[in-house]
Amino acid sequence: MAEMIEIRWHGRGGQGTVTAAKVLADACLSGGRNVQAFPEYGPERAGAPLRAYNRVSEKILRMHCPVLNPGVVAVVDATLLDAINVAEGAKDDAVFIINTGKDPKDVRLKLKAKATQKVFTVDASKIAVETIGRNMPNSCMLGAVNRATGIVGMDVLLDDVKGSFGKKFAQKIIDGNLAAVKRGYEEVKEG
Amino acid sequence: MGATTTKIVAVTGNQAVAEALRQLNPDVMPAYPITPSTGIMESFTKFVSDGKVDTETILVESEHSAMSACIGASAAGGRVATATSAQGLALMWEMLHIASGYRLPILMALVNRALSAPLNIHGDHSDGMGMRDCSWIQLFSENAQEAYDNTIMAYRIAEHKDVRLPIAVNMDGFIISHSIESMTFIPDAEVKKFVGDYIAIDPLLDIDHPKSIGALVLPDYYMEHKRAQHEAMLNAKKVISDVSAEFARLFGRKYDLFESYRLEDAEVVLVALNSAAGTIKDEVDRYREKGVKAGLLKPRVFRPFPYEEVGAALKNAKAVCVMDRADSYGGYGPLFMEIASAVQPHRGPVLFNKVYGLGGRDLMPLDVDQLIDETIEVAKTGKAKMVKEYITVRN
Repeated sequence: MAEMIEIRWHGRGGQGTVTAAKVLADACLSGGRNVQAFPEYGPERAGAPLRAYNRVSEKILRMHCPVLNPGVVAVVDATLLDAINVAEGAKDDAVFIINTGKDPKDVRLKLKAKATQKVFTVDASKIAVETIGRNMPNSCMLGAVNRATGIVGMDVLLDDVKGSFGKKFAQKIIDGNLAAVKRGYEEVKEG
Repeated sequence: MGATTTKIVAVTGNQAVAEALRQLNPDVMPAYPITPSTGIMESFTKFVSDGKVDTETILVESEHSAMSACIGASAAGGRVATATSAQGLALMWEMLHIASGYRLPILMALVNRALSAPLNIHGDHSDGMGMRDCSWIQLFSENAQEAYDNTIMAYRIAEHKDVRLPIAVNMDGFIISHSIESMTFIPDAEVKKFVGDYIAIDPLLDIDHPKSIGALVLPDYYMEHKRAQHEAMLNAKKVISDVSAEFARLFGRKYDLFESYRLEDAEVVLVALNSAAGTIKDEVDRYREKGVKAGLLKPRVFRPFPYEEVGAALKNAKAVCVMDRADSYGGYGPLFMEIASAVQPHRGPVLFNKVYGLGGRDLMPLDVDQLIDETIEVAKTGKAKMVKEYITVRN
């Protein structure tokens, strides 16, 4: 694993993108790693584009500024591909994970991804509707991001999703989210 | 280093400070929540509802009332805390002087935020600098860990018999208060032991020994009161050092009056408070790898300001860039003025002042690089092109 992994999340207000970044940070604490998770705060409104960031490192994380050159870009809402350049500043070996039902090869063209960059897709919204009962794609994206990056053990991630959601939600919702994480992990496709 | 068992957690700065307050278990916590400090009260009032603390929270109708209630509760003999930001602190201003003038060791968690207008909720230090002359001890914190540790140490400093002054622990709004970072908490029992029981001095609730607080003092004695505050501040410096040394012995994290990062042989030095210091440290390392003798001085204790120690630490540098996340309009930045005072006896380095990050504007590694480059240039020429200048700003 690289010394430091920097992740940029793109989502829209209300999709649980910030929660996903927080859960991932918590899960990555395992093994004594240092973590950061922070959203870019603006006037939050449901549906408005937002960014959130993660840093995960073996070394102590001291910098306090947004991620400019992400190694991982997670797009929780594919309509953002038409609105903003999600590939901006991405490293040459960056990994993209996009919530869409489209083929990763088509998305690669749309992103104008370099040959050295990897593109993954997963239909997280569909999976969310089937597992949780509504379009809340964050848990599924967590599973997909984890498959694409291998950033943390799946058992640890599932434990953390259980812990984070367990504080607020009924068992049915927790089970749905756990199923969504697993399906995201299993169904994500590279192209 | 203590053999303490600590758990690594990933929490926001606000959660970290709320956890410290839970462990400190104050008697009374009056507050009027305001962004970005709201999260502290959100977590703390949950601790109250869940019976995790004995604290009586008082949700008041304004920050002026919050500080007034702090003063009443502290004068009555309680251990007291509050949390605020920006306009909230500004509204407390009148009462801040009462708190220190009465010599009440109140703890304030101050989550730094820009002052309006224009309305802005993001982090800068204009609120904290506005309380500079209020006779409050002011500690600054780079990250959630430091905010937590400073909060744990705060009562030991403020309540010390040679000090008896209120204390504010600063951290950057949003950048720290709302970001999740890994850090460690100290076990409850060890915090309890470290902080100890509160011994009130002349509490009003000691009704067998009635007394007055807040009497009128005319020219015949006012100045003696103020000199006593001045001396308490001087005493605070040693108390802060002693408490910090004990903290380091027990818990392994070492804090001085200021942090010296690769400063010993540094020729070009940046000075900055709070979260910017972390970003600067990474860039200092990069320049060191290139052979540049770069360093950072990060003040932790802003009041009382450690002039002699800072002067001694900077006297051999060639150029020093002092970064202010606040301005004193028509004057130099508030941190610059302190550093200039500290360096003045030494005929030391060339100083210059950059105002950055107002209203939460990001300070990126590239911005820091530009400042280091400019400081290298000033060290070479022995002359700053401008004493004070805004950076990362549109023309």
